[in-house]
Amino acid sequence: MVFLFEDRRGGATPLARFLPAGVAPNRADIVAFVMLTALVVLIGHGAAQMVQPLSKLVIEPVSLDPARLPEYALRTTLRMFLGLGASLIFTFVFATLAAKSKKAEMVIVPMLDILQSVPVLGFLTFTYAFFLSLFPGSQLGAECAAVFLIFTSQAWNMAFSFYQSLRTIPNDLGEVSQQFGLSPWRRFIRLELPFATPALVWNMMMSMSGAWFFVVVSEAFTVGKTTITLPGIGSYIAVAEDHQDLRAVGYAVAVMGVVILAYDQLFFRPIVAWADKFRFEQTASQEEPQSWLYNLIRRTKVMRMLASPLSWPAMLLTKIDWKPRAPKIEIQIGPRTSQAIDTVWLGVISVLVVVAVWFIGDFIMRTVTLDEVGKTFLFGFATLARVVVMIAIASVIWVPIGVWIGLNPKWAERLQPVAQFLAAFPANVLFPFAVMLIAGLRLDPNIWLSPLMVLGAQWYILFNVIAGASALPNDLKEAVSLFHVRSWQWWRRFALPGIFPYYVTGAITASGGAWNASMVAEYVTWGGKHFEATGLGSYMAQQSADGDYHRVALAVVVMSLFVVLFNRLLWRPLYRFGERRLRID
Amino acid sequence: MTLAEDTDPALKPTGPLVSVRNVSHAYGKSQGANLLVLDNVNLDLNDNEIVGLLGRSGSGKSTLLRSISGLIKPTSGKISFPNYEDQDHATSVAMVFQTFALFPWLTVQENVELGLEALRTPADERRKRALAAIDMIGLDGFENAYPKELSGGMRQRVGLARALVVDPSILLMDEPFSALDVLTAETLRTDLLDLWCEGRMPIKSILIVTHNIEEAVLMCDRILVFSSNPGRIASEIKVDLPQPRNRQDPAFRALVEDIYTRMTAKTATSPLGDGLFPGTGIGMVLPHVSTNTFSGLIEAVAAKPFMGKADLPELGAALQLEVDELFPIAETLQLFRFAELAGGDIKLTPAGRRYAESEVDARKQLFAKHLLAYVPLASHIRRVLDDRPAHSAPASRFRDELEDFMSEEYAAETLKAVTQWGRYAETYAYDENADRFFIEEAEHDAEPAKTAAA
Repeated sequence: MVFLFEDRRGGATPLARFLPAGVAPNRADIVAFVMLTALVVLIGHGAAQMVQPLSKLVIEPVSLDPARLPEYALRTTLRMFLGLGASLIFTFVFATLAAKSKKAEMVIVPMLDILQSVPVLGFLTFTYAFFLSLFPGSQLGAECAAVFLIFTSQAWNMAFSFYQSLRTIPNDLGEVSQQFGLSPWRRFIRLELPFATPALVWNMMMSMSGAWFFVVVSEAFTVGKTTITLPGIGSYIAVAEDHQDLRAVGYAVAVMGVVILAYDQLFFRPIVAWADKFRFEQTASQEEPQSWLYNLIRRTKVMRMLASPLSWPAMLLTKIDWKPRAPKIEIQIGPRTSQAIDTVWLGVISVLVVVAVWFIGDFIMRTVTLDEVGKTFLFGFATLARVVVMIAIASVIWVPIGVWIGLNPKWAERLQPVAQFLAAFPANVLFPFAVMLIAGLRLDPNIWLSPLMVLGAQWYILFNVIAGASALPNDLKEAVSLFHVRSWQWWRRFALPGIFPYYVTGAITASGGAWNASMVAEYVTWGGKHFEATGLGSYMAQQSADGDYHRVALAVVVMSLFVVLFNRLLWRPLYRFGERRLRID
Repeated sequence: MTLAEDTDPALKPTGPLVSVRNVSHAYGKSQGANLLVLDNVNLDLNDNEIVGLLGRSGSGKSTLLRSISGLIKPTSGKISFPNYEDQDHATSVAMVFQTFALFPWLTVQENVELGLEALRTPADERRKRALAAIDMIGLDGFENAYPKELSGGMRQRVGLARALVVDPSILLMDEPFSALDVLTAETLRTDLLDLWCEGRMPIKSILIVTHNIEEAVLMCDRILVFSSNPGRIASEIKVDLPQPRNRQDPAFRALVEDIYTRMTAKTATSPLGDGLFPGTGIGMVLPHVSTNTFSGLIEAVAAKPFMGKADLPELGAALQLEVDELFPIAETLQLFRFAELAGGDIKLTPAGRRYAESEVDARKQLFAKHLLAYVPLASHIRRVLDDRPAHSAPASRFRDELEDFMSEEYAAETLKAVTQWGRYAETYAYDENADRFFIEEAEHDAEPAKTAAA
């Protein structure tokens, strides 16, 4: 009942609407009240810390005192939500633009597609330099850089989902809006936004999961001579690594787990449960997503009263009434003219792209020789080999396990959330344990650092395979067992094709995650000592630490090329094939 | 009840409510080969009448309805509202949709208020009027329900209330009952007619699109039968039977029979036997009729009690097929020269009888022969494949060709139809992965393969 849609049952004001039901608080009300107050205080505290001068970071460095951890966790979380907010604004503006204007669409959609697969960590080097120069002497610059990194890891798939929703608005609802003459704003509020909400919420969740990884990296980052440690869980772990303090790392891992559980339970669950009402299905859904917090809000009077401010901005949105200023002037253009305009527009874009490519090329080649470009490509192949081998190994391990879990509904129900939790957990928090092992056993970093790349990403494969196996239709299962289809034939004819579309979805996410992780997984430190595996990731990390912007740019370009080609040549055809041939509906 | 009729003498009807003059509508990408969906249609909608637009799918009746509602702009011609010249277009008409088109995230009341919200009606008045409309349509008590909690019939009632609450003078209905089961549709129809006859609705006229002949005869004062090649008004039928009408009434039956006859009549423009599909030659829009259905209808007509000749209304009733399901199958039979349609009857040709009596392989051969002889697109595909050394051609080649004649959707449907027919006849094969048509080697070199894969 909160957000977006005014509820006319009770009366005009949100307060009055709940009052007649009685105001005596019950036990749940008290719990809710305490939690809400705590939340307000925490956000206020975190926000106040953000605008401190940069010098405070030097005087008051990140301490390993576990008592400070909750505060650090809070600040990390706050950065995440700021990034999410920025991503939402970006989504609303650019996805709407792309869906409404053909000219904008020609630019925005391919751009989103590329940005989705480009390794965002590589940009951090540049964004830090940029934002630090934007707010000299203030912590705000570093904070902005961190938030921007989170934004770049979250925004693209959200925008894509919103764009796709806008493009698939059901025809009849569009016609109703048109026939009644809803203004564009009202159409957005009443039709487009609600219709897009479920997919957007799901993508927000996926984005958040991915972003924990980056927030941890962004808090302790070295560019040339400047090392920035923003107070947060990430910097806490970085300091712990420097001091070789395993116990502190353990504390941080535990707190991280609690934070992820909390944001899932307190933030996303209620939103998912709420967003369920926007699902475009005329029939009642079989299993509604449940959230104890959402139920608490809906069922307790005082809580609803307290939560009602959440719906105010939304009510404001529906109250806004932008009258079209003048009747639309319809300019009739023939197909020839409109084609000509399109050609000109394409020409302008092409020129801009050429200029951009020339600019980047010039920037890189100022200090880099062609030989080195070749060498960078070789590094790229080394990392590619790692990604491929690791995804293959992860698949061999998790596909059978996932299928087994998915076919046992009891286990699937219990383990699916665990797999999702593991996917959200920033694996780089666990790196110190692995590095300690490598250092202790004197293992070859070229081989043994590789698993770190898929440490976090592999769970995407697992939970997608579980979902796929649970979705295998019962009649097929029965047919398979009636015909005594067994062993290899069972896999080849039944299980593997059945889960294929799900597996590909998981593997695409996992390989994207692995590429992104390469910068931190191929180059790790433990107690001041570096361990590195030869590859594009370690090259990028090293050049970034040396503050060599030209070579970092080169590495980013090469990695983007690898990832985009990898997606285009392997994953996309596989995905299409799965969608076309193996989708069971 | 605030849905009072306009009593302003200045608005006293002086002419038709809607006047449609020379309206044409064309789909298609190139200028030259447009598919005319509506061709020069004229129509006047008068005060106090229910007019039905009857025709098969693709005859442009929905296009006409959407043109009147302002949803689409016809390619040429004029639609005017002589009595409402100074008013906003949106206020004089309201539409009821086949799919109900309710917003699942809004309650019944919020759905009904949607049109008023667009008109910027104050919230209090909005609520009052919506409640009144919900009450009138028989949904009181469900104001706070969400559409997914309602049955199909109740949902369409919400759609009706939403249309009525904005005080339109004309109610446009696009196959409003076709998504409902027979029983629910009947109840809703009766309720609507009751409201209409008792003058409880604010509307002055109803324009209803339907493919159900009995429904049209049951409800309408005037029926316009559309022909579909291109979309034109083929005939106009006045229904003078008093309300409430009785389906068993001989006059009612005679009228239904008469309309069946008119709808299967050959138009002067279509060449002999080519059925009534829009377009000619390889540009003919073909319905995706499965070969199983195809055989099924031939067998049904050949068997008792029809013995080779059937009355279409009876056949439809016996097979439980609606007009827009039955006609495409029957016309496909006609295209293949397995049957003839005339005077509301379907009659098997000698070839059709032979088909009915044959075994699988003989049927396939007969089908293949007629496919190549009478379906220009199929023979075109076969010829192209024969001419190519590799006996293979991309399907996109034919798709592009078709899209010169018809919309993308029709092209896809048509290609799907000839693909399935060609596969059944083993005239050519189609590889879905490569999206190519080809002729299997053995088949091309020697006689057509005779593996019965029924």
